Amino acid sequence: MKPAPFTYHAPRSVEEAVGLLHQYSAEDGRVLAGGQSLVPAMALRIATPPHLIDINEIAALRILRAENAWLRIGALVRHSAFERPVVDGPLGELLASVVRHIAHHPIRTRGTFCGSLAHADPASEWCLVAATLGAELVARSVRGTRTIVAGDFFRGAMSTALEPDELLVEARLPLLAKGTRFGFYEFSRRSGDFAIVMALVVRDQETWIGVGGAEAYPRRLREAEAAADPAEAAASAIRPLSDPHYSAAYRRDVVRAAVRRALEQCN
Amino acid sequence: MQLTLHVDGAERAVEAEPRETLADVLRTHVGCEHGVCGACTVLVDGEPARACLMFAAQAQGKSIRTVASLSRGEELHPLQRAFIEHHALQCGYCTPGFLMLAASLLERVPNMSDEELREALSANLCRCTGYQNIVKAVRAAAERMR
Amino acid sequence: MKPAFVGRSVPRLEDRPLVRGEGRFAVKVSFPGELHMRVVRSPYAHGRLIRIESSKARAARGCVAVWTWADVSDMPPIEFRPTRVKGLEPYRQHVLAKDTVRYVGEPVAVVFADNAYSAEDAADLVELEIEPLEPVLTAERGIEPTVIHKEYGDVAGAFAQAHAVIELELAIGRHSGVPLETRAAIARVKDGVLELHAATKRPHANRDVLARLLKREPASVQLYEGHIGGGFGVRGELYPEDLLVCAAALRLGRPVKWLEDRRENLMACNQSREQQHQLRAAIDAEGHILAIDDEFWHDQGAYVRTHGARVTDMTAGMLPGPYRVPAYRARGHYRLTNKTPAATYRAPGRYEATFVCERLLEAIAAKAGIDRVEVRRRNLIPKAEMPYTRPLDVLEVETVLDSGDYAGLLDKALAAAKWPALQAELRDRRAKGEAVGTGIALFLEKSGLGPLDAARARVDKSGAVEVITGAASLGQGVETVLAQICADALGVDYRQVRVLHGETARIERGFGSHASRTTVMTGEATRLAGKKLRAKIIATVEGLFDLPAEILDIVDGAVVRTDVRAAPVVTLAELAQRIELVADAEFRSEHMTYPYGGHIAVVKIDRETGGVRVERYFVAYDIGRAVNPMLVEGQIVGGVAQGIGGALYEEFVYDERGEPLSTTFADYLIPTASEIPPVEVLITEDAPSPLNGLGVKGAGEAGINAVGAAIASAIDDALGKPGAVTRLPVTPTRLKELLKQC
Repeated sequence: MKPAPFTYHAPRSVEEAVGLLHQYSAEDGRVLAGGQSLVPAMALRIATPPHLIDINEIAALRILRAENAWLRIGALVRHSAFERPVVDGPLGELLASVVRHIAHHPIRTRGTFCGSLAHADPASEWCLVAATLGAELVARSVRGTRTIVAGDFFRGAMSTALEPDELLVEARLPLLAKGTRFGFYEFSRRSGDFAIVMALVVRDQETWIGVGGAEAYPRRLREAEAAADPAEAAASAIRPLSDPHYSAAYRRDVVRAAVRRALEQCN
Repeated sequence: MQLTLHVDGAERAVEAEPRETLADVLRTHVGCEHGVCGACTVLVDGEPARACLMFAAQAQGKSIRTVASLSRGEELHPLQRAFIEHHALQCGYCTPGFLMLAASLLERVPNMSDEELREALSANLCRCTGYQNIVKAVRAAAERMR
Repeated sequence: MKPAFVGRSVPRLEDRPLVRGEGRFAVKVSFPGELHMRVVRSPYAHGRLIRIESSKARAARGCVAVWTWADVSDMPPIEFRPTRVKGLEPYRQHVLAKDTVRYVGEPVAVVFADNAYSAEDAADLVELEIEPLEPVLTAERGIEPTVIHKEYGDVAGAFAQAHAVIELELAIGRHSGVPLETRAAIARVKDGVLELHAATKRPHANRDVLARLLKREPASVQLYEGHIGGGFGVRGELYPEDLLVCAAALRLGRPVKWLEDRRENLMACNQSREQQHQLRAAIDAEGHILAIDDEFWHDQGAYVRTHGARVTDMTAGMLPGPYRVPAYRARGHYRLTNKTPAATYRAPGRYEATFVCERLLEAIAAKAGIDRVEVRRRNLIPKAEMPYTRPLDVLEVETVLDSGDYAGLLDKALAAAKWPALQAELRDRRAKGEAVGTGIALFLEKSGLGPLDAARARVDKSGAVEVITGAASLGQGVETVLAQICADALGVDYRQVRVLHGETARIERGFGSHASRTTVMTGEATRLAGKKLRAKIIATVEGLFDLPAEILDIVDGAVVRTDVRAAPVVTLAELAQRIELVADAEFRSEHMTYPYGGHIAVVKIDRETGGVRVERYFVAYDIGRAVNPMLVEGQIVGGVAQGIGGALYEEFVYDERGEPLSTTFADYLIPTASEIPPVEVLITEDAPSPLNGLGVKGAGEAGINAVGAAIASAIDDALGKPGAVTRLPVTPTRLKELLKQC
């Protein structure tokens, strides 16, 4: 399981990186950040990018700080950065609580928050967080910068609104008001495995309910938020994935349980 | 590509294609080559990482530590001694990976509950021991190192 | 002479290099000028191989050669170890597919290149033209080369008189050993001798078969074992790749290295366990078994492998377990399908048989209205009847249960698990809404497969002892256990003993390590060699120093007088300077030993997700005599982990086209430390084997044997529905189905 050959680029700046992306994306040039999803795909030769643009040396992408009402997370911020709250208040605690479910520590030292978003695995915890909290994603290309809201960002399984030559440079999460409560529940086969189903509930003045793993991409279920029985509503509302291992009906059952358990934690 | 890697305190000149993984260049044990089993775990700048998921080219300028760095000459690290005393290895194939995982664990979180310890050790696979003695050995080494 | 090391949990001699990362695993073995071999494998489960186009591959950078069937057509298909079973020959596998491919992963071509990366590139350029054919994916519809039929007693009569008849349909999912190190083979020719490195399990037997298939003298083929990353039955059998690597080293004139990757391993290394059983049992009003009639279908996959039909044979032969079964019939249909070929995996045939038998015992309990522990008590063979002959052969050896106190062990297991308190505790938890349950399963194991083993003990000039055996190390602690035995037999410290194994060049005959035979067979041969050497040394000293043998002993590497306190007469090192100190011994055993035990599991099920958590696990096991209790416990806990894998997580799944879906560790789920609970082990020595001097029985398969059965029993209890579980693994979706039926 050795990767196919590629030309390796290690740009030193964001400008250089997007320039290379623009040059090579048409022939499947890819960004290498944490590599924890891309390299296995390359080992299996599911992905055979002839050009790899390693962004790990770009200092500007390491930004991690609260600014105005947002937490700014640069493209090189690793999962492990969140293991201790990165900001005071509920958001920091929420991220620290969720991150424990992402794979295992040795993967978290390399994998990146933004990488997870760009990769858009249906079972990605950060994608669920981004979708539920209404994150803003900042994309750069040779054409400039644009901001995409989470609701528009996820398009399908492994598919986002990013153009092939756009680099996701930053994700912004809204800081949560003091007193905001949250609950997170994930069901997976083994410790550290991808979620089969997960639910995130955040409650302040409003209640936000997000579900992931069950559909092509994680999303906020507004229909569940308004319902008298949110768990039941969530189970009905989802358009479930169905595969040889887990049927649509099974996923609905687990969504119901996941939302209820996340709600319980929240209260 | 000509690479210079810092491995276990020494510089190593390596000739490798960009696609050669750190695992292959270091010749770590590999159990899956897709980042699940942890047999290839090394420390990169003090943090545990799966060498099969890094290209050797990415490891330039970083300090890499393998299991060879644990012992001092003939003297074994407390973790290595604990693994022997508690029969925490059978075939030994997962052992270097577990030792590096445990070494970084003990440096990072010296006081861990049994549950946290087992969860942290769930990062790596072992097919021989059933994990029980690995948990015991790491616990014992932690006590000794305190 | 009092034993000093046997029975003690001394640390292993193997460990130092392993904890230092200095193990000589295949990944570390390289020879100058070596070529890397990469296998091109069939992407279809069944098809007609029309054409292979290899010109692009040949032209690829670093590629030295590409072989297809035409290049190896002189090599005969891979043999299987012959038994009385007939009908298997036509279904052997050629080293490369000839004109038909029969499973996804079947070797179709091989590429040789300068390094592993180039080899994979070149292999990807080989073009296969295959006409897909309809695959057969169930044993029901498969070709049947043979049926294993075993029978004794008046089965029909028993059913005629039965108070009740029980009928069960049971299935075990396809899974296997999956060691952490994938398969590897490195071959080179040195001084006219073909060397195969990274060999294991049965070095001498494999050497002989290789020599025969390659048409060479056995002495010109030698196997070498470095360190091996786990075997579990699947490594160390002869595969096409082993032969190809050897043929290539001979023909291409360079060393050839093959390192399998994980994806290949999951679709080409021996799979196992997949069986469907239709069982009928006749019982009386008190729940005693009158007869068992089991018909089962064994899914062998596409070809006969080196074990022939042994797994089917062992299933049929071991199914009655530790119970009295007055009449019995088993018919095992050995069926070929278009899946990866199957063979032995730790406790082969027995994980399956114990699952079936124990499901039966619990069905009897439910039918007859008897407690599930009591029903087992009523049917266990009593200690007073040992040795107990059962007119059933397993691996062509008649079943003579050598020793055993099964009821006594059951009592000890229940006591160790604090069974009554456990039941009360779970009742309380259930009252609070938790879906928790206990499971119990008893089992019989077999070990010490003979008929023969040999060892040589030698003292070298430094006084160190060398034991040369034909055993193999798969990581189980062979070097330590044999050193302990030799140390006590001879009179030295076990750290002074160096055990050689896995090398066909050092000892003429060897019988390998498998079937939990090494401690028993090689152990006894070692003990006899040590004893013989001791006697030889004492006789020598008697002559040289004019001292009577009765007052001589060997203690800690020196010959001493037992009648007076004095300095040693002579050390072994000194003696070895003057005289060759060596002895050979052989141990023959026509029968196997039969260890036995019980498992108790505590599980909690999640009614909404279908998840199962194993909270606690107990194993009680009578090993006759434990040479190193710590190592025995290690074997058991490791086996439990694998057993839990097979009961809940691991399965080789195929889609409707025969394409394997479990091809990475993301799909084939090996349990992590979080899925395996603490395992309590009680080792008893109540029934030493009368068949060898130490009374030992094997340890390798006790931990895994009854896990499927115990977990099924516990899940039934958690569901409150006896007999609910009829199929392993109990995945979340399957458990949800069972919950719906409750």
